[in-house]
Amino acid sequence: MVSIEVPAVAAQKTPTRGKYLLRVVALGYLALLLLLPMALLCYRAFGHGLGALWSSFTTSEARSAVVVTLIVAGCAVALNTVFGVGAAILLVRRSFPGRRILDVLVDIPQAVSPIVVGLALILVYGKFGIVGGWLERHGIQLIFSLPGIVLATAFVSLPLVVRAVAPVLAELGDEQEQAARTLGASAWHTFRRVTLPSIRDALVYGVVLALARSLGEYGAVTVVSGRVVGKTLTMTLLIDDRLQNFDQQAAYSMAVLLALLAVGALLISRRLQSRARRLV
Amino acid sequence: MSRRRNSARRAGQGTGIGVGLATLYLSLLVLLPLGAVAWKAQSGGLAHAWGQVTAPQPWAALKMTLAVSVVVTLINVITGTLIAWVLVRDDFAGKRAVELLIDLPFALPTIVAGLVLLSLYGPTSPLHVDIAFTRLAIGLALLFVTLPFVVRTVQPVLMELDRDMESAAALLGASGLAVVRRVVLPNLLPAMLTGAGLAFGRAIGEFGSVSLLSGNLPFHTEVSAVNIYNQIQSDNPVGAAAQSTMLLAIAAVVLLALGLYRRRASRG
Repeated sequence: MVSIEVPAVAAQKTPTRGKYLLRVVALGYLALLLLLPMALLCYRAFGHGLGALWSSFTTSEARSAVVVTLIVAGCAVALNTVFGVGAAILLVRRSFPGRRILDVLVDIPQAVSPIVVGLALILVYGKFGIVGGWLERHGIQLIFSLPGIVLATAFVSLPLVVRAVAPVLAELGDEQEQAARTLGASAWHTFRRVTLPSIRDALVYGVVLALARSLGEYGAVTVVSGRVVGKTLTMTLLIDDRLQNFDQQAAYSMAVLLALLAVGALLISRRLQSRARRLV
Repeated sequence: MSRRRNSARRAGQGTGIGVGLATLYLSLLVLLPLGAVAWKAQSGGLAHAWGQVTAPQPWAALKMTLAVSVVVTLINVITGTLIAWVLVRDDFAGKRAVELLIDLPFALPTIVAGLVLLSLYGPTSPLHVDIAFTRLAIGLALLFVTLPFVVRTVQPVLMELDRDMESAAALLGASGLAVVRRVVLPNLLPAMLTGAGLAFGRAIGEFGSVSLLSGNLPFHTEVSAVNIYNQIQSDNPVGAAAQSTMLLAIAAVVLLALGLYRRRASRG
């Protein structure tokens, strides 16, 4: 009971002026660093009217950039979703030699500079690389074409699905899966009917994060893309391309589209995250 | 709890195949390429690699990148803790929107972050604050992209923090500042350091947001990642690989130190 009284006394002692000061400093910092720049982006993108905004999306470069980005992000996220669910099940449910090492390796991509990612992929899969040279002799080109961009995007978004699914899987425990198996369900059937429904929110959360990251990757992609307009120019690369051609409106339009996608991803992931937590 | 989970882990059917496939994917995508970077870096001998790293332009870029990253990390520790404090202990209209805003730099593409900052703090700034092509601009871009790290590591710890301790200290006559310094900060320190380590690791490798804003002037505003990019473009893969290996090594040391520190801290 005493512990209820005590904070009240302390709260009274807290000077409110200090509290306001902290609030103003924190919010002011955020306004100058985040809010104002974002507002100005919207103003500049919408400034010339919705017509100008729309017409910069209907150019052939813009349309092909959107298509390229969607294909790349789709492939990268699909790869990482399969890997992510599989790796999460292995890390949480199974015991095998080297489990700890796999656990550490999964996080490596987050600590690597995007430019280093691009360089690393060129060195292996480029024309003069170990694997790339061999593939080139068989008529397959990875770097400076779509597959290379998929590799770069998959690299940077690799940990997101695993790290979203694994903790939920660990919290759930495996009693239900065991029960299903005991009752004669096959491994695949158990996965589809028991495991998958229970990790659904966490999985979608991870996929949304991976998708947001994939749509917006710039550094790694810029190294391996080769920037062929209409073929390997993604949305982020198009922004840079348009800026260098002094086409501000097109750059701001594409940027505002990507920013809206990012905010959408944040809203969805926030909802899913709180729902996934509540269920656990 | 953890004992039960451990015993639940078993070498089930298909584990071998699963581990094999996961390892193959990781190797082809991550390990082999990163190994190739280190291999390329030392392909002309270690002395040659070191010479590439310490050549005037890359060396200047590396030193500047590390210096700016340290400053940015320190600012982040202060502002991040402050923002986390306001989000946990204060209440005001629009707090949920601010919560969402904090994560924006994680979701926003780096090139968009660069463009956004360029439009407010560049040559066409409506505020008439033009810091484009200066080191200050690099710091600003890095502050933007690393903002969430300290906030998001400190916030949950602050929420869990037992307020009875603060109340007790206050009742025993400690001033507000003394309570913060002696009671609150020591409890937050591990989280602050974790956030700082993550922010620093991100800052030293940042490319997209910096490249637009900094102008990439050699010996002045060229960061390491941009220097690596330029070396790739000018067909010096050994130099690019050497500088990359340097960045990877620094990031690895920071993360390793952080892991060791956390292990020690959790043991108490």
